[in-house]
This record gives sequence, C-alpha cells and structure tokens, in this order.
Amino acid sequence: MITRTRRTRFALAAPLVLALAASMTACSSGGGDSEEVTDLTLIAANSPWTEGLKTLAAEYEDETDIKVNLEFYGNEQLNDTLKVKLNAQSSDFDMYGYQVQDVMREFSRNGWLADMTEYVESDAEWNWEDFQQSARDAVTLDDTVYGVPVMTERHVMYYRADLLEAAGIAVPTTLKELDAAAAKLNDPDNGFYGIAMRGAKVPLVTQFSSFLYSYGGDFQDKDGNATVDTPEAKEAYAAYGSLLKNYGPPGATNMGWPEASAIFAQGNAAFYLDADSQAYTFLDPASSAVVDTVAYGAFPAGPAGSHPYSIVPQTVGINEFSTKKDAAWDFIKWVTSEENSKVLLSEETVPSARDSAWADDAATAGFPAGLVEIVRNSEGTVGHDRPQLEKVALAREIVGGPAITAIEGGDVDAVAEKANTDFQTLLDGEQK
Amino acid sequence: MTTTSQTSYLAPKPRRGTGLTTWIDRHLKLVFTAPAIAFVAILIVFPIAYTVFLSFTDSASSVTRPFRFVGLDNYARWLTDFERFWPATGRTAYFTVTALVVELVLGLAIALLLRKTFRGQGLVRVFILLPLVATPVAVGMMWLLIFEPSIGFANVFMKSLGLGPQLWLSGTDTALNTLIFIDVWQWTPMVVLILLAGLSTLPEEPDEAARVDGANAWQRFVHITLPLLMPTIAAAAILRSIDAMKTFDIIYATKGRTGGSNNEAETLNMLAYNESFGNSQYGSAAALLMLFLLFIVIILTALTILRTKGNRA
Repeated sequence: MITRTRRTRFALAAPLVLALAASMTACSSGGGDSEEVTDLTLIAANSPWTEGLKTLAAEYEDETDIKVNLEFYGNEQLNDTLKVKLNAQSSDFDMYGYQVQDVMREFSRNGWLADMTEYVESDAEWNWEDFQQSARDAVTLDDTVYGVPVMTERHVMYYRADLLEAAGIAVPTTLKELDAAAAKLNDPDNGFYGIAMRGAKVPLVTQFSSFLYSYGGDFQDKDGNATVDTPEAKEAYAAYGSLLKNYGPPGATNMGWPEASAIFAQGNAAFYLDADSQAYTFLDPASSAVVDTVAYGAFPAGPAGSHPYSIVPQTVGINEFSTKKDAAWDFIKWVTSEENSKVLLSEETVPSARDSAWADDAATAGFPAGLVEIVRNSEGTVGHDRPQLEKVALAREIVGGPAITAIEGGDVDAVAEKANTDFQTLLDGEQK
Repeated sequence: MTTTSQTSYLAPKPRRGTGLTTWIDRHLKLVFTAPAIAFVAILIVFPIAYTVFLSFTDSASSVTRPFRFVGLDNYARWLTDFERFWPATGRTAYFTVTALVVELVLGLAIALLLRKTFRGQGLVRVFILLPLVATPVAVGMMWLLIFEPSIGFANVFMKSLGLGPQLWLSGTDTALNTLIFIDVWQWTPMVVLILLAGLSTLPEEPDEAARVDGANAWQRFVHITLPLLMPTIAAAAILRSIDAMKTFDIIYATKGRTGGSNNEAETLNMLAYNESFGNSQYGSAAALLMLFLLFIVIILTALTILRTKGNRA
C-alpha cells in the first residue's frame, strides 16, 4: 500500500514539477545569442528628453527595423522598478535612464550597470570628447564610464519681468537683493508670494546646494567628511529657510518641484529658483499663465559668489543583464549623436550635454534666449547638487532636516550640528 | 465491439494495477485542496519565509551582494536605536483606531438610514458607494489639490464660513488627521455595505415584540438591533482595521516617501517602504516588516478572542 501510494504521489507530482520547471525556464530564457535583434527596451523617468525620444525611436525603427520599446515612469517609481528588476537580474530591458548622483555608485557596485568605457571610446566620429568635460566626469567612476549623459541642468532664477519692471526693481544679482525684492513683491493677503521654491525635506536638498556653495560651504570637505555644521552652512540654511518662511507660500514644507513650479506657473509668485530644464513648463500656454512674462536670471551671488550646481540629471546606461548590449549601444550612439542632440535641443528644448549643440545658433534658437547665455557661461558652477556617497537617499533626509527647521523658524544651529553628526556616522559606516 | 465499449462505459470496473482513481477517491480532500495549498505555499509562505530569512541578515543594496547573518540585531536596532520606529508605531495605532471608530459610527448611522425603503434608494446607495471604487492614489492626488493651502478648495470653503485658512495636509500637526479624514471618506462606504448586509438578515420578530411592549426607537436600537448586529460589526472592524493599519497609497501620494518633511505622516508601512526602496536596506526593512506583522497578529488575535467571547455572551 505504502509503495503504491508513494508511486501515485510521484505520478501526481511529476506534472507539477515539470510545469514549474517549464515556467522557470521560460522566465530565465531572455537570452540566447543576439544575432538578429528585432527589438530593444528602454526604461526611464519622464523628462524633456523622454518626450523627444518618442519621435526619435520611431525614426530609428524606420531606419533599422529595430523596434525600441519605451517605458516611462516618475522618478521614484523608476527607482523602485529598477531596484526590483535588477535585484532579480532581469534582462527584459536593455537600457535605462538614471540619475547619476542618486544611483551610479550603488548600481555600479551592485554590478547593475554595464561598463561602457570601450563603447564610448570606440567611435571617433560620434566623438565622446564633444560632451562637456563636467558631464563626462559625472558619468565616470574609478575610470569606468557607466553611461552617456543626455541632459544637463543648472540652477537658475525664474522671475516675473512685468512685476519687477512695474515695481522698479532691478533683476537681483545677489541673494540679499533677491531677499529684498521678494519682500517688496510679497502680498500673501491676495494670495501672491515673493518666492516659490522646494520646501519638502528630501526634494529641497538639491536646490539648497547652490545656496550652500554660494555661502562658501559644501556637504562634504575634500576628504569626504561631513561639513553641514560649518558657519557657512548654517548661514546658508538660515538664508534658504528665511526666504520661504517670510515670502513663500503656506505649506511650503510639503512642496517638491511640481507643487512649487505650479504656483509660479499660475502667476502666484514673483520668483522661482530651480533647474533650467523646467523652462518648458512655463512656456506651455496650456499649463502656464506666465508664458509672456517669465524671464531668466543667473543664480544670485552669496557672500562667496554665485556657485549654482550644473549637473547631469539624465544619463542612459546599459543593463548589465541585457543580452543585446551591442544593439543597445548602437541605439544609444544614434540617439546621442551630434545631429540628434541638436534636434532634441531645438525641438524639445532638451539641454544637451554636447558642446557642439550649444555652439550651434540654429539649434539653440528654440531654447529660451535668456537661458542660452546662462548655459554658455558655466563659470563658478559646481558639478554636484547632493552629498556624494552610496546611501544618497538617507543622506538627503539628514542634510535636508536643518532647512526644514529654518523654514519653520526653529533653532537651525543645533539641528545642523546634529545633522552633521548623523551624516558623519553614515559616511563612516559606508567606509567600513 | 460496440457492445463491449458500451458495457465498460456503463459499468466501469477498477482495473488492477491502476490505483490512481482509488487513491484519488480515498484522498479527495487532499486532491481538491492541493492546488490551493500549492498556491498558498508559492505565493504566501515562500515570500514570508524569505522575508524572515532576510530579517536575520544585513543584506543591503543588492540581494545578490554578499551579506552576513546578524541574528536579532536588526530587530534590536528597530526597537531600541532607531528613533523613528516608536513614533511611527504610535501614528499607525492612532491612524487605525481613530479611522476605525469614526468609520464604524458613521457607517452604522448611514446603514440604519438606508435600511428603510424609500424612493431613489438605489441612486443614493450608488452615490454613497462611489468613493469605494475610486483608485486610492487618484483619491490622494484629488484631496491634495483640494487641501492645497493657497489655491485649494478647502480653504476657499473655510473662508466662506468665516473661518481662517488651515494647512491641512501640508501642516505638521494637521497632516495625519487630514489623512484620517480621507480614509474615512473613502472607506466608510465599505462599512455601510457590510452593515447593510448584516441588517437585512436580522429577524424582525424581536423588534416587533419590543415595539408592542412599548420600547422607543432608541431602546430598540440599543437593546435589540445593536446586540444582534454585533457579529457583523466585529467582522467589519476586523476587515477595516487590517486595511487601515496597512494604509500606504494615500499617504505616499500626498506626503511622499518619508511621510512629510518632519515624518509627520510616517506609519510603519511607510517606514518599511522607505527603508527598503529608498535606503536599499533589505535586511533591516525585512525585520521591520516582521515586527509589523507581529503587531497585526497580536491585535487580530485579541480582536478574535473578544469576538468569540462576545458571541458566547
């Protein structure tokens, strides 16, 4: 009896095991050799670049018969998707857009980003040297290139030209002048505010960075130690906080860039300090009431001068687990070519990382005039806009804290000192 | 030939050597439940077991990176070291209890109102159930707009009532209560639905008898309807408390990954999500989720015991 039962148990179990095995094979069989590539998949976070990609991908399919599937997400959703898929060593996408400073350290150490050094140096005509030095540095870690920068971004000052003119205020060139101008135009009783900026703890860190540099500070010193409790840093925190506290919209600590830019776009703020890549949101009559009145100024100088960040917000890399790396590179090379970079700059106002695109007057014609000058003048800019370490997300939560205290009118000095201790502990833990 | 096949069709005889049918007949219970057991094993037991496993490691960044076993370190750190754990636990409890009580009271009141037949009853029921079918993230975004302090409708409404503007979701002190309001708005209909179903099965005789004896509406509600409805209320409470404890979508949609700039809306679920997807600390996040699971099990056991006792009484 026992034997027979056992046998029949096996008989019952066998199909189940086979089915499981079959499904597992199906899951892992993304590979095989890639002689004939018919399709590629790229996932990225929504940006002006991905908008332009929609047209270019269709063109690429016409030229090569290779279909490029595009999947776009919000920033955080992309981050979650990448972590889930790459932890599972998924090969169901070949290329991905990513934020260099957020994930490159972590992803490259995890073995999730393909080494592209040979690819970028392989084609003189494509010309890797044409990419801005700072952009090339940004995507290089320990002499290894992990991606091609597809967008650049600088901190600029958006302002309402009409209001400044009517009030007889000159365009502020220093943070002090900005404070005075914001104070003069602030009219909260009528729902109008002097300034809109990010005020939520984590999102604000990148925008606070230019204040920090312009006050003579930084998140870390040359040896990588925490420096957010220096007198310069404390002053920078206080300056950032007081602008939002005194002349910012209510509920600022709940605002990322979508909320803050919406207030400016609806004509409810005189100044908006954020990345230049958002210019397109103010130029679309469907969502902006300031199309004709928005103007652009360089980031105002602090006691140590004007030192806005100038970074690479979007980079395209190759999934280490992809089985179509060469085909993926061919597409990346095509889409980031000199010609297509100019197309993206002129038609989609994608701030290119190529010098040649910015030197071409025809290509920059579509880009808001005041901004082109700011881009071409890169003097004093800083190549990072957040702490430099692997656990960036955690660090941003820590160094954003004192800014919240400043916005809420608390004791910035004490909170900055505690933040510095916490940040240093985090850095020490990482060096182990 | 035909005759033979017909015979065998009409009178199937178990052949010797194929014990399969006999075995299936004998073990029908096992055979019929096997697919469900396999499903549970693959989709529930494995993930939980893997989470338990991870919770004893320092796995971070990538699960394929080498990691060490750290025993109960992760648990100890949550319970003693991490200063955001206990406040998050408190917020989870506050959110769950407040939302649950308000939803049960409101739900019961609405269910009693809808119990009687009236003209346009169908329309009213559909209208009340609408929030239930809306997507939570969309609901979060909608309320975020309504509660926007400078341009949102809520403050316009407050102004028309002669009241001062509020920060609602943006305020450190008001965010959690506003979220409770949103939860109540969305989930009270479910409580109504369950309680209406319960009310429709109640026997009418006790109520009629009490009426004959001269009991007023309140007495009949307190002494007859409510006790008879208790098992249904308990079921609704258990279902809603599990859901409320796990609330994630509306908090994430309105307050972001850290539950606000001062973590004012950070519940245990949010904290675990941030630890896992924000900070890539898989071992530590797994330990937190196990603690959370433990809390839920303890509370549910307590509720079930209370319910059984209540039923016996």
